Amino acid sequence: MGQITLQDVQKSFGPVHIIKGADLEIVDGSFVVFVGPSGCGKTTLLRLIAGLEDVSGGKILIDGKNVVDTPPAKRGLSMVFQSYALYPHMSVRGNIGFGLKMAGLARDEINRKVEAAAATLNLTPYLDRKPRELSGGQRQRVAIGRAIVREPKAFLFDEPLSNLDAALRVQMRIEVTRLQKQLGTTAIYVTHDQVEAMTMADKIVVLNGGKIEQYGSPLDLYEKPANLFVAGFIGSPKMNFVTGEHAVQKGAATIGVRPEHLKIERDGAGGWQGTIAVAEHLGSDTFLYVDAGPLGMLTARYIGELSLHAGDHVSLVPEPMRIHRFDASGNAISG
Amino acid sequence: MARMATRRRVVVSTIGAWLFGFLIFFPILWMVLASFKTELEAFAIPPSFLFFHWTTENYATVQERSDYFLHAMNSVIIAGGSTLIALLIAIPAAWSMAFSPTKRTKDILLWMLSTKMMPPVGVLVPIYLIYKSFGLLDSRIGLVFILCLGNLPIVIWMLFTYFKEIPRDILEAARMDGATIGRELVYVLTPMAIPGLASTMLLNLILAWNEAFWTLNLSTSNAAPLTTFIASYSSPEGLFWAKLSAASTLAIAPILVLGWFSQKQLVRGLTFGAVK
Repeated sequence: MGQITLQDVQKSFGPVHIIKGADLEIVDGSFVVFVGPSGCGKTTLLRLIAGLEDVSGGKILIDGKNVVDTPPAKRGLSMVFQSYALYPHMSVRGNIGFGLKMAGLARDEINRKVEAAAATLNLTPYLDRKPRELSGGQRQRVAIGRAIVREPKAFLFDEPLSNLDAALRVQMRIEVTRLQKQLGTTAIYVTHDQVEAMTMADKIVVLNGGKIEQYGSPLDLYEKPANLFVAGFIGSPKMNFVTGEHAVQKGAATIGVRPEHLKIERDGAGGWQGTIAVAEHLGSDTFLYVDAGPLGMLTARYIGELSLHAGDHVSLVPEPMRIHRFDASGNAISG
Repeated sequence: MARMATRRRVVVSTIGAWLFGFLIFFPILWMVLASFKTELEAFAIPPSFLFFHWTTENYATVQERSDYFLHAMNSVIIAGGSTLIALLIAIPAAWSMAFSPTKRTKDILLWMLSTKMMPPVGVLVPIYLIYKSFGLLDSRIGLVFILCLGNLPIVIWMLFTYFKEIPRDILEAARMDGATIGRELVYVLTPMAIPGLASTMLLNLILAWNEAFWTLNLSTSNAAPLTTFIASYSSPEGLFWAKLSAASTLAIAPILVLGWFSQKQLVRGLTFGAVK
């Protein structure tokens, strides 16, 4: 079991409030991603759950039991660090088995479990190597092995893929997701990369300035962002925001349209008129950065190749059903 | 523009460096040479450099007159013992200051260092009287104790700098893995700090081995280490240069050998934290 509940969790370092009251319900077996810009408190929140930091207020319940006064080791969680944090003087076997050794398991049993974990992660040939003799991806897998071998109630991942190169990151992303589904263990994953968040998560927690902006499934966040911050943060390229007259016409202070929901017309008279500043041709997609005069820069995405170039005049027509409306304080207007 | 290292410049600076090195080394060389001279030749003017009557007589006399091995053993026990105890105290102290510092940690560290700024002679009388009352004068245990206390600030400082360099993540990983503080210290921190521990230990051994103020003042014969042994050759009855040199050579030999083999560790230890 790994049901984690946060009730008004707060954290301050001196006068600085890092977490300003977080409420969250993480169901057993789900994969939850904390995402947000740097300094939003996502890592702090993870460390509070881990017990590496003490809360300044509120409760953290693991399977219904308040653990705020429980030391990290007794919470039954395991953590994968951004720096991997492997023990440099121990072999891969020693690293993976350290937690079991601390738990006082018999040597045979430790070996059996370590070997099983190593087999799952394709680490068997490296069991007797030291971390410095491994590549980045292998070290990452050792760190994950160390986490899974203890059969914890939940895994905590602190930006575990950020030190890997782009290709390896995509591969590990899939491996981590598959492993989590296979084990069925609750996972909390911190990242600043919204692509990782969208692809890995069952549910995403968007954090900003120490507050939870929205908690929902990736598609919920994409389709129904609760406010301007979430709307701008989720989705790549970013959502276009338009204020002023066009927004007022729709009964909002700001309206937002995603680049993929702008229809591109070459010589149309309707929609938003502009001149292409930059055109990016990827083959699979075409991205247009359009200077739309008083509306500012707008981004439009076309699936496939579109033969338009910088300097061309275009008209962008938003899909009426895909316009997001926000009030003056930035909250979404429903309906 | 990059400066060209001309051949001439290289030759000149190489000769200069050798000359300077020889100058620094000369007193030690002279001492070793003098230990093989007769007493007469040892203070002859003009002195003879290499062409004199080589003799090992002084070494025999020194061993005969005062028991070298007793003093050497005392030195080993005093330097080794004080280093060991200092490490046992300093490891947990430096650990706590490096990994759970408080507002006052820096002040405490500075305060500890400040004790080294006081001249030891300032507390000679009180320490002497305390030792007298407790019957610690001329005892190995007394010397171990005072040298340990004297070097403790340096040992704590060095270890503190080493421990600071160890990534916090690794210790947190150990904590997540269920290690108690004691086990974290034994299984994770200490093995990672071994290079640092080794150089701290070496430096402290050398400092304790060469320490002369307290050893000369608090010991006479039974517990006297090699420093006292050397000093006994400069006596009111006259200076015996050759024998004094022989005694000194014998006294520095063990630590010289140790230092020679651990040069790398020592230099690393002394510059650690300063240069990365």
